[in-house]
Amino acid sequence: MDRNQMNRQLANMRKALFDQGYLDEQFVQLEELQDDANPNFVEEVVTLFYRDSARLIQTMDQTLERNPLDFAKLDNNMHQFTGSCSSIGAKKVKHECSQFREYCRQRNGEGCRRTFQQMKKEYAILKKKLEVYFQYVRQVALLK
Amino acid sequence: MSTPNSSVSDQFPAGLRVLVVDDDPTCLRILDKMLRNCLYEVTKCNRAEVALTLLRENRNGYDVVISDVHMPDMDGFKLLEQVGLLMDLPVIMMSADDSQNIVMKGVTHGACDYLIKPVRMEALKNIWQHVVRKKKKEWKDTKDVEQSGSVEDGDRQLKASEDVDYSSSANEGNWKSSKKRKDEDDDPDERDDTSTLKKPRVVWSVELHQQFVAAVNQLGIDKAVPKKILELMNVPGLTRENVASHLQKYRLYLRRLSGVSQHQGGLNNSFMGLSDTAFESMASLNGLDLQALAASGQLPSQSLATLQAAALGRSMNKSAISMPVLEQRNIFSFEAPPKIRLGEGTQQLSNNSKQISLLHGIPTNMEPKQLANMRCGQPFANMNVGSQVTQSSSHLMQMNQPQGRGQLLSDTNGSQVPKMHPSMIQNLSPNAISGGFLNPKGLDRSAVHNPFSHASSLVDFTMNQNTELPGNGFPLISNSRMSTLALKGMQQQEINSELKGSRGFVPGNDLFNEPHHQNPDDWGKNGISMFDVSQHYALHKTMGGSHAGLAQQCFSSNHKSGQHPDAPNNKLVFPAGEGGQNNTSNMGHLNQFLAENTMRIKAERLPDSGCQDNLFSEQFGQEDLMSALLKQQHDDTGPVDNDFGFDGYP
Repeated sequence: MDRNQMNRQLANMRKALFDQGYLDEQFVQLEELQDDANPNFVEEVVTLFYRDSARLIQTMDQTLERNPLDFAKLDNNMHQFTGSCSSIGAKKVKHECSQFREYCRQRNGEGCRRTFQQMKKEYAILKKKLEVYFQYVRQVALLK
Repeated sequence: MSTPNSSVSDQFPAGLRVLVVDDDPTCLRILDKMLRNCLYEVTKCNRAEVALTLLRENRNGYDVVISDVHMPDMDGFKLLEQVGLLMDLPVIMMSADDSQNIVMKGVTHGACDYLIKPVRMEALKNIWQHVVRKKKKEWKDTKDVEQSGSVEDGDRQLKASEDVDYSSSANEGNWKSSKKRKDEDDDPDERDDTSTLKKPRVVWSVELHQQFVAAVNQLGIDKAVPKKILELMNVPGLTRENVASHLQKYRLYLRRLSGVSQHQGGLNNSFMGLSDTAFESMASLNGLDLQALAASGQLPSQSLATLQAAALGRSMNKSAISMPVLEQRNIFSFEAPPKIRLGEGTQQLSNNSKQISLLHGIPTNMEPKQLANMRCGQPFANMNVGSQVTQSSSHLMQMNQPQGRGQLLSDTNGSQVPKMHPSMIQNLSPNAISGGFLNPKGLDRSAVHNPFSHASSLVDFTMNQNTELPGNGFPLISNSRMSTLALKGMQQQEINSELKGSRGFVPGNDLFNEPHHQNPDDWGKNGISMFDVSQHYALHKTMGGSHAGLAQQCFSSNHKSGQHPDAPNNKLVFPAGEGGQNNTSNMGHLNQFLAENTMRIKAERLPDSGCQDNLFSEQFGQEDLMSALLKQQHDDTGPVDNDFGFDGYP
């Protein structure tokens, strides 16, 4: 595969992430921030996000196991998580977060648990997709 | 490093020192990068406590703070409050939460901006404006401070005449309050010897501050004195001086808040204990931007007008009312281009006319809404809005009803202040009437102190007083005497408070505009605090201002307690308000009133009071009035008297 092909494929991968609704324009903002001073800025931030949010998700997982549910705490945690998601442009995950918080407001424990699982799924999918994507980005960069 | 002066230089936004606080490492990292790409100098920290420590250790090390709202160790709002107490740094709040109430909370707590996450580069590119705004303010402040001494003392009076000369004096009050802060950010040379920095070596931790706030609240902001606070707090090691300086900062902080909060809905807090309420409110009118711009004098009159126009009618009223005389003047000049306003003015005109017609047809009680409109219409109140004033006045003029007026006058004369000069009485009576008139809902005048009536009466009074002065050519002294007489039964203190009372309008107006937000109790508080504030003010205003203040006082005192039997004004006001029928007559009075005011404006040239009636009986075109007003303003620069006149308007 020559460089052009790889570039094209990379572009397609990236486009797919947007087209399929995984990412939004905030991700583009991150890409625009990437410069010589921080050549891997986007990946760096995404990595940071996954590292930091893992802890938060774990906390929420535990909170969701307890009864009665501490909706205030859940909402608080999820609020923070939403901030992170939105900051990297994780569109689908963010959407689930909003849904979750809505259920929190309704004090709908079932809805919360269900949405949380869905959120984790999206979170994991995006993680995988981005890992592949960044791996490819690095490969392309090596060719240059 | 950006110093105030260099801040305007070519490379200004570059090097802006930003402290970013966010517990979310991802966000923090992104913000950091974004800010760096803006060429700002970034300090990031992930805990609010750490941020506070950084700020305490290096007060002058930052130009702006950006803080997340939700943080585990400290609520972002608390941080905001602490920063507000420590120094006058612009603080920008951010959160993924875009619900209106939380944004509002940020703004009412003194945040200069609120960013919704994800924060975008474009937003950060512009944050330097908050710094400039503050700097401008402070710079202005510096200028004023040199002459004036401390905010708390009465020096401001001395400045009154000087302020007139300041083109941007309108903002002076605000800036002034920040004078202590200015050293911190403004003058590199002085950076290390900020008074605020040196004096209190006590670290006002969040807990300590909470205790302090609790004590202040318990005492009431207007009655809170360091000694009592100290007793209530009962913290070993804390000295009265510590408390005193913190109290001062707290008041400054509240005052700063008021600029914002008034804008939003007239929070009670903002009014309380603010010595420069009027100034603040003005600022609040258009938001911070306006203030800063106006202060810097860079704001073109057009833009200012536009801003005001953008504001709702009520906000306009508010601002107008709250503005101190001197300031008004400035504003006025800004507003000079009447055309800009025309659109609005017309609108209001229609409102006014509508109201008037209502009055005619239905002399009964006015609805609050109507009142509000009326208030707007009142030319006096809205000096700022030239067009408004004119129109309303013209309408009122049409209404002219000599009869009613005569009655009122006679009442006044007979019952209360026989000693008063007839002309004086006249003036008073119209005022009183208008006050009564405004009294909404026809609530009983005596017992129920309706905020509305309060506001209106206050406004009216001021107006009247002004009128009196120029129109009759009475010496200031005589006027003051008059008021004194009127107040007769009242104590000296009360009189003083009256002086402050002129300030009182501000709150009154706000109430008017947003009656729902405030209840009578609050009102009372506000009124009190206002009084404190107004002191300086009155002094500034000089005689004219004080007159107005006195007159107001009578009313306000009446409202408050209704305990003062002597207050002649009371009777007038209330009865007028009561009788639906009276309204019309009141209107007449108002008209006269207006006429007088206008006269007053012209009075400088035409001292003859007789002229007034004629002039007023004729309907004045808006333009005429406007031009007259404008002219006056332009001419104003020199004579102090003019300024006074303007004072009356607010």
